[in-house]
Amino acid sequence: MFAYYLDLALRSLRRNKVLTTLMVLALALGIGATITTLTVLRLLSGDPLPQKSAQLFYPQLDPNEKDGYIAGQTEPAPTMTYVDAMNLLHAHRATRQVAMALSQAKVLPQQGGDHPFFSDAVMTTADFFAMFDAPFQYGNGWAAADDDSGAQLVVIAGFLNDKLFGGANSVGKTIRLNDRDFRIVGVLKPWAPQPRFYAQDLGGRSYGDGDAVFLPLRTARAVDMGPQDTECYAAVTDIKHLETAPCMWLGVWVELVDDAAVAGYKSFLSSYAQQQIAQGRFQRPETALLDLMGWLRDQQVVPDDVRLQAGLAFGFLLICVVNTVGLLLAKCLRRSQEIGVRRALGATRREIFTQFMVEAAIVGMAGGVLGLLFAELGLLGIRHQPAEYASLAHLDLGMFLFTFVVALGASLIAGILPAWRACVLAPAPQLKAA
Amino acid sequence: MEIRPIFASLRKHRIPACLIVLEIALACAVLCNAVFMISQRVSDIHLGNAIDEQGTATVVLRGTDDKLVGSDIPRNLAALRGIAGVQAVAVTSTLPLSHNNWGWSFGLDPDATISDQKSHNVSLYFVGEGADQALGLRLLQGRFFNGDEYAGSKFDTAPLPETHVVVITQSLAKKLWPGQSALGKTLYSMPHYYAVIGVVADVLRPAIGTHSGPYTYDSTYYPISAGGSKGVLAYYVIRSAPQDRERILREAEQKLASLNPGAVTKAQTYSDIREKYFADMSSMAWMLVLVCVVMLAVTAFGIVGLTSFWVGQRRRQIGIRRAVGATRGHIMQYFQTENLLLTSVGVVVGMALAFGINLYLMQHYEMSRMPWYYLPGGALALWLLGQASVFGPAQKAASVPPVVATRSV
Repeated sequence: MFAYYLDLALRSLRRNKVLTTLMVLALALGIGATITTLTVLRLLSGDPLPQKSAQLFYPQLDPNEKDGYIAGQTEPAPTMTYVDAMNLLHAHRATRQVAMALSQAKVLPQQGGDHPFFSDAVMTTADFFAMFDAPFQYGNGWAAADDDSGAQLVVIAGFLNDKLFGGANSVGKTIRLNDRDFRIVGVLKPWAPQPRFYAQDLGGRSYGDGDAVFLPLRTARAVDMGPQDTECYAAVTDIKHLETAPCMWLGVWVELVDDAAVAGYKSFLSSYAQQQIAQGRFQRPETALLDLMGWLRDQQVVPDDVRLQAGLAFGFLLICVVNTVGLLLAKCLRRSQEIGVRRALGATRREIFTQFMVEAAIVGMAGGVLGLLFAELGLLGIRHQPAEYASLAHLDLGMFLFTFVVALGASLIAGILPAWRACVLAPAPQLKAA
Repeated sequence: MEIRPIFASLRKHRIPACLIVLEIALACAVLCNAVFMISQRVSDIHLGNAIDEQGTATVVLRGTDDKLVGSDIPRNLAALRGIAGVQAVAVTSTLPLSHNNWGWSFGLDPDATISDQKSHNVSLYFVGEGADQALGLRLLQGRFFNGDEYAGSKFDTAPLPETHVVVITQSLAKKLWPGQSALGKTLYSMPHYYAVIGVVADVLRPAIGTHSGPYTYDSTYYPISAGGSKGVLAYYVIRSAPQDRERILREAEQKLASLNPGAVTKAQTYSDIREKYFADMSSMAWMLVLVCVVMLAVTAFGIVGLTSFWVGQRRRQIGIRRAVGATRGHIMQYFQTENLLLTSVGVVVGMALAFGINLYLMQHYEMSRMPWYYLPGGALALWLLGQASVFGPAQKAASVPPVVATRSV
């Protein structure tokens, strides 16, 4: 029976080629726009560390002055002072804890004649690599003891290793950063979490390539590397010594394995804030402990424009669906007599309904295939855009299959009304009119 | 023109009529909001900026030795002045729209601090001698810094320079001291204070956020000596005639690179900086334009499709009307009026929907209220679209010969 409906549907679609083309084209445009924008949206709002994100938390405190504070409404500061970050680190209340800031490092290639260049640098502490599952190609991270010793050690990214050492094992070699020698202790495999969650609010971009060099925080500060972003909350007399200045410039992450640990850490944070208030360092008791995905939401990491584009594409798809409903309806009402004949010859309403739904589904599948083409074109266009996430925009298998789900869903929804109108037509008047 | 028969016929075709109305309404709602978003972006992309955008270029020199800047900067500037066609050079800490923003908050009372809620956040530009000429700043009141002020200003350990003069933009002057002259007034942030000695035409901040707003032009200028600049003066600004700019910029980069072999240079014309800053915004605007065009095309095809079907279904009736005396014009008018009625209902619903969407966007996104005239504007666009797309099918209807009435189809 299905084969017969398929045959009928194809005949009907062939009969009016212009109308069919219009329907397929409109549906395909709507689907193409929707899939393109959804691919980008999914990419940008994805989980950067799916295996680990539920255990990573971002503690926040608030050293700001009392002025302007509204209890329960004012959110704590997005970054931390050096004093607070170190207090949290040294308390060792979580499985792992790291502090970090972003910077720029001038790299001088060893070969004479090559020009120096700036690379993205992360100033951080020993737990960084284990905590964020950063994979090593050669060597490994530095030890906790090196955080305090100020040893001039560095972990470099694979792409920098390729550029400077041709991809060979460079562990133990030296690299010249900001006109000083650092010993390489580890080389990372390609590692660029998207979004670059740990860079949020530290003055870095949210997507794109990974960082090139990772240095122990104290070492980096000892050679005068400064953070990308600094937020001061009181008069500053000595900006060079950020460690003692009333300025926030560090992000802290902690790893907490279960709910009990999270609850424990929360109460530790609020008692820490109370203790600082008692000492007169803090005026505000507000603290927060968001998990990784919660922090990304809080930071609204996905650009507004990307969300607007997705909304717009849905609106457009809706218009295309309404358009398809109209055209399918026109087609099926034009065939009232044919339906009358089929009904008179014994076809049930259900059979007529199925026949028209099959026709709609064919339009949908054709729209899906063409829509996939439009989506690929759209993503190609996005890859040529200036946005920092541009190079990541690719259709994956999930979205590929989802395209057909959307196409079929849209066309079946569009088909219901015309198919219903077709099956409730009374056969007699149609036959008489003929 | 009798419109009662149109109503009667529409009542018989309720579903197709509703579909056209719905499609028009959706198109109208999306169109109004999309055009509003486009216009916001276009106006941001064209924000005024009172510097010589066509004539300036910059080489950013970073990775130099902070201890040597006192002698390096004058040497570099002298080398740049030696390039043929250079009109002015100077060194600054940042440029408008360069993303390299240094902000600070000032109050108007002597005891104001950075953390006061009343304090105003402004962008700081630290500039070396001759920056007003190199940038092409337009002085509106007072004066720019003199040689002594440049020479006497340096950074100590604090993040603000050891000077007591500042030049601010006109917008900031009006905002801080409405109705008064800003000259001689003072900005405070304990323990620093700066007296306003000049007001310049509005220059954009190094970063203006996602959309322009009341803070877009809050820029302030401070003199700084080369020796006391502690490495903040990294932007070598070179002014020339626009046609010489590319050549001069290349030469300037080569000169600076060979004079400072350990440093990293980056050369950009000011137009490039501006274009790069707004690149995302302009691609979004173009995407919105594309979606609007395609959406209107789909809507038009939908109207053509449904009306053609209608015409085909009513060939007989049209023939009868023609046979009893209706002219081609009457038939045309019939379909045009019918479309006008449907579109009118559609745009009324659409305008309400557009308003609702705008309210939603205002709540959830950085969006301002849509000016009222976008609504009738969108309505007019869809009326025209409806009339344009009904024209073809209506003409087809008008060409139905009266003889059809006498035949059975």
